[in-house]
Amino acid sequence: MRLDQVARSLLLKEFVTGFTLAMRYLFKPKATINYPFEMGHRSPRFRGEHALRRYPNGEERCIACKLCEAICPAQAITIEAGPRRNDGTRRTTRYDIDMVKCIYCGMCQEACPVDAIVEGPNFEFSVETREELLYDKQKLLANGDRWEREIARNIAADAPYR
Amino acid sequence: MSLTDILLTVGLIALKSVVLLVALLVFIAYALLADRKIWAAVQLRRGPNVVGPWGLFQSFADLLKFVIKEPVIPAGANKTFFLLAPFVFAVLALSAWAVIPLADGWAIADINVGITYIFAISSLGVYGVIMGGWASNSKYAFLGALRSAAQMVSYEVSLGFVIITVLMCAGSLNLSQIVRAQDTALGIFGWYWLWLFPMFAVFFVSALAETNRPPFDLPEAESELVAGYMVEYSSTPYLLFMLGEYVAIITMCALGTILFMGGWLSPIPFAPFTWVPGVIWFTLKASFLFFLIAMVKAMVPRYRYDQLMRLGWKVFLPLSLVMVFVVALVLKLTGLAPVS
Repeated sequence: MRLDQVARSLLLKEFVTGFTLAMRYLFKPKATINYPFEMGHRSPRFRGEHALRRYPNGEERCIACKLCEAICPAQAITIEAGPRRNDGTRRTTRYDIDMVKCIYCGMCQEACPVDAIVEGPNFEFSVETREELLYDKQKLLANGDRWEREIARNIAADAPYR
Repeated sequence: MSLTDILLTVGLIALKSVVLLVALLVFIAYALLADRKIWAAVQLRRGPNVVGPWGLFQSFADLLKFVIKEPVIPAGANKTFFLLAPFVFAVLALSAWAVIPLADGWAIADINVGITYIFAISSLGVYGVIMGGWASNSKYAFLGALRSAAQMVSYEVSLGFVIITVLMCAGSLNLSQIVRAQDTALGIFGWYWLWLFPMFAVFFVSALAETNRPPFDLPEAESELVAGYMVEYSSTPYLLFMLGEYVAIITMCALGTILFMGGWLSPIPFAPFTWVPGVIWFTLKASFLFFLIAMVKAMVPRYRYDQLMRLGWKVFLPLSLVMVFVVALVLKLTGLAPVS
C-alpha cells in the first residue's frame, strides 16, 4: 500500500466524502408525497372505480344497449333489460359489475354511447370481503352520484382529445 | 451496619436504577425514531410520520404492537432457552449502564474497574445470541447466531486494544477517572478523539460491528436473511432482542463519549459553557455519536462476510497493536504517562 493510500484511509477520506454527500441529501426536499393526506396527480383519463351516471334531471343515462357487456374482455358485466313500469322505456333491471374480474381496461366507457358507465378517479375502494366487490346497479348509481362532479370535469377536460 | 442502613442503600440504588432505566428507554424510543427518520431522509423518504405529531409516538405504538402480539414458539424449540435468550440479551445490555457516569458522580456504581465491567458484560451478550439461535432449532437461526457470535468476538479484540490505549493515557480503569483525565485547558482539543484519532475511528467502526449495525449487519441483514438468529422470534421476545440491540448501540455511544469525547465535560472550558449541567453535554455527545451511526446505516453498503473478517483481523488488529506500542512509547519518552 502506498503512503497516500494509507493516509487517506487513516483520515477516513471516503467516509467524510460519503458523509457530506449523505448530509446534502438529508436536507433535500422529500421525493415522497404524504399519501393518505395528500394525493398525487391523476390524469383526467384515470381509470378507477366504475360509476353509472345520471342526467342533471335525475334520469339514468343507461339505455340498456348492452354494448359494454358485449365489449368487456373479462366478461365482468352482467345486464338484464326490460321496459320500465311507468313509461315503457327500455332500462336495465339489473346492472352488475364483478370488480374482481374487471381489468380496468376502460372499454366499457369507450363503448357507451351515452356516457353512462364511466371509470371515475376513485381508486380507494378496497374492502374486506369478496362479496362487497360484486357491485350492483344501486352501488354503481350511488358511485355516480358521489363522483359526478369529478367525472364531469374529467370528461370535459378530455373532450378536446377525443 | 444496621438493617435500615442496608435497606436504605439498596432502596436508593433501586430508585436510581429505575430512574436511569426509564430515562434510557425513553431515550432509546426516540433514538429508534431518529434512526428511522435519518435513514428515510437520506433516501428522500419521510419516515414514520403518522403516529403523533411528526411520528413522535411511533416507537410507543411499536412497543404496544409487539406486546399484544401472539408469541409463536416453534414446536421443535427448546422452550426454556428460547424464552430465556432474549431476557439474557436485554438484561445484560441494560446492566452495562450501572457504571456509566452521566455527569460527575452520577454513576449508579462508580467502581474502579468500570471499563472492564462494561467490556465483560457486553461480551456476555453473545451468549444471548447463541442461546437464541440454538434454542430456535432452526438451521437459519443457528447459522445466523454463529455468524453473529463470530463477528462480535472478532471485533471485541480490536475494541480491547483501543480501550487499552485510552487506559494508558488516562491511567485508570474508572470511567469517571478517564473523563477527568481529559479535563484540560484545551477543551474539545484536549479530548482523546484528536490525540488518539486512528483509535477513535477504529473504536467507531468496531462499535458498529460489535452491535451488528449496518454496514456490518450481515448476520441479520433485513433484505437478505430476514433476521439471522432472530428468525423464529416474534412478539415480546423479539422486542427484547431489538431492545437489547439498541441498548448496546447506545452503550457504545456512551462509551465512545466517555473514552474519546470527554464525557460530561464542556467542549469550551470556560464560563458560560461550564455552567451547563454535565448530563446535557453527555446526552448531546452520545446523540451526536448515534447520529453518526445512523448516517453510516444510510450511506454505507453492506460488507461481505470475508471483507468483514479481513477488516477485523488483518487491518484493525495490527493497527491497534501498533498504536498500543506507539502510544506506550510516546508516553514513556515524553514523560506524559500518568503517575498513580
